[in-house]
Amino acid sequence: MSETPQNTNGGAPGTDPAISARSLVRTFGKLTAVKGVSFEVAKGEIFGFLGPNGSGKTTVIKMLTGLLPLSGGDATVEGLNVRTDSERVRERIGYMSQNFSLYPDLTVTENLTFYGRIYSLSARRLKNRMQEVIELNGLGPYLNRLASQLSGGWKQRLALGCAMLHEPKLLFLDEPTAGIDPVARRQLWDLLFELSSHGITFFVTTHYMDEAERCGHVAYIYYGKLIADGTPNTLRELPDVQPPGTIRVEITTPEVTRALARARQIKGVRSATIFGQSIHALIDDHLDLEDLRLQLSRNGTAVGEIRPLAPSLEDVFVELTYKNQANSNHPEAAPEATEAKHA
Amino acid sequence: MRDIFRGFGAVFYKETLHVRRDFATLFFSLIIPLLQMLLLGYGIDTNIRQINTVVFNADGRRESRELLDRLKNSDTFHMVRYVNSDAEMNDVIVGGKARVGIKIPVDYSDKLLHQMSAQVLVLIDGSDSSVAGQAINVTTSIGLDESLRRVLLNNAPFAVEMRPKLLFNPDSRSPNFFLPGLTAILLLNVTTFLTAFSIVREKERGTLEQLFVTPVRPMGLLLGKLLPYLGIGFFELLLILTFMRFAFHVPIHGNVFLLAFLSLPYIFVSLSLGILISSKANTQSEAMQLAFLTILPSIFFSGYIFPRETMPKVFYVISYFVPASYFINITRGVILRGAGIHHLWLDGFALFAIGAFLLIIAARRFHKKVIMA
Repeated sequence: MSETPQNTNGGAPGTDPAISARSLVRTFGKLTAVKGVSFEVAKGEIFGFLGPNGSGKTTVIKMLTGLLPLSGGDATVEGLNVRTDSERVRERIGYMSQNFSLYPDLTVTENLTFYGRIYSLSARRLKNRMQEVIELNGLGPYLNRLASQLSGGWKQRLALGCAMLHEPKLLFLDEPTAGIDPVARRQLWDLLFELSSHGITFFVTTHYMDEAERCGHVAYIYYGKLIADGTPNTLRELPDVQPPGTIRVEITTPEVTRALARARQIKGVRSATIFGQSIHALIDDHLDLEDLRLQLSRNGTAVGEIRPLAPSLEDVFVELTYKNQANSNHPEAAPEATEAKHA
Repeated sequence: MRDIFRGFGAVFYKETLHVRRDFATLFFSLIIPLLQMLLLGYGIDTNIRQINTVVFNADGRRESRELLDRLKNSDTFHMVRYVNSDAEMNDVIVGGKARVGIKIPVDYSDKLLHQMSAQVLVLIDGSDSSVAGQAINVTTSIGLDESLRRVLLNNAPFAVEMRPKLLFNPDSRSPNFFLPGLTAILLLNVTTFLTAFSIVREKERGTLEQLFVTPVRPMGLLLGKLLPYLGIGFFELLLILTFMRFAFHVPIHGNVFLLAFLSLPYIFVSLSLGILISSKANTQSEAMQLAFLTILPSIFFSGYIFPRETMPKVFYVISYFVPASYFINITRGVILRGAGIHHLWLDGFALFAIGAFLLIIAARRFHKKVIMA
């Protein structure tokens, strides 16, 4: 019933995974929001969990953090079963929700103190941990400022600080960079890499493809089903994304729309999409690039450079989504068919 | 055991900070009940005096004037017009200028002199029942008194004399009766609203969800939220009592400490009610509506305005489920009648039981609805 999608990342051998989800199912009345999702996250990994809005990302997080009971399947987090041990699970994880749940009328120090006490840290440990967290997140200059007066990036750092005060080995970050400026985003990721190097596991949801590219392990959920799971590089080489006998090329042109229309008429071009000032096309590998240029410029379109291109993660997810949509129109087709077996 | 209250200390710490930070809200929520008390305390007087009265004295001689003086001196009637015909008198009453019309016939003095029964016509506007009742009582008793004095000549003593005496509120002062009841309503207002808002605000901000991913337990969370507001409610009570005692001169006959002690379970009920509301409401405006829903029965079924004993059976039964009923009994008991703990312990206990019941329901709802939603 539950397929294990292209799992190319079994986790480091010999150690238990930080998260192991087996056929997770969650229903809300008649709606099945999560339809048998299985994956593993190895310790110390930065796991990127992607998918369109409403596809079940947050539902999966809520199930793993004990906010939502499981309708089916099973999961262990940090070695503890979420069904039976959610209490202890909560002590070992940190969670940062989409809207940085801070108390705006409390200062930075007070927010930190509150979360420290929630986790029953002793006074001395709390003091030490606060010092560490403040240093790590660079919150020093803002200690007495109200959370409401912090900018988005600093709010996010404070929220992260609150979530990691009790030294969790696993942190769930639900869209940590939504609405944050690019510099703050970059800084957050630098921080995540640093923490990850200390062995902390991160479960991050995001909409940004550049962030997904930074993750060591990504999974893509599409309307309740996991349709991709692996390292960014293995996903790029999936036969569904890069069918045998095809190559992906980037065509730079000042007239993208005109070139696109033309490209789609050319025999041997399987698909073409606009990316800024260029077109990404999937073409049969016997199609000569010079020949392609000739055909494109036949109607007077100016064509710049044409060069082979590795698919981006965005390409990967777009391809997989199309395949999945096409498949769901034919319910009798086995879902596994779309997820080409990994060679 | 300690575990089911986990997170209590942290939540309590945070909640006191919220209260201190948002001093303006606190100040107004404490001050507004006092203003309400001021308005109601000065504005409501249920004692009926000086009813506008129109007089048609067709007789005009000494006996008739004496009767009118006695009516006037009762403090119940205020003669606004003297007219000279039935039609005029009727017109004044229909026009609303007077609520009572008194007509003394032409032969009033003659009949009295001939030891015959003289009739006085009293027309009463029945559209306000309390005014009408007072007018009937006063006129009939003055008539009876007048007859007896004429029958028993040379001031012989009455055979039977009723001497009613009002206990506890001898002057029938309205504030004495209203303010102890009002205390219950105002206290409910403040505490229920404050707690409901403090939790619903966390729902709106998403911090409640965040809390449920931490090891904090529902009971720890709820009690941590409840306790600071218990303190505020108690402070408000003392403020109201001080105001009542010194601004309105309502004497407290019983023990103030007993009253303060017995108010704790009532504040506890109000707070639990606030928490229950917040388990249902998702926004502050929803919470506001639900809170108002609880205020109405407290006003009408608690005996604050209408005596519980004269209510229709259904409402009387309902009044047992209204916490304010018990507390009004306590406040009036201690303040007006000087009642002691042996009179009132059952009311205090009932309040505590209701409060605990509501809190348990609220905690369960939080466990189910909020965590699982």
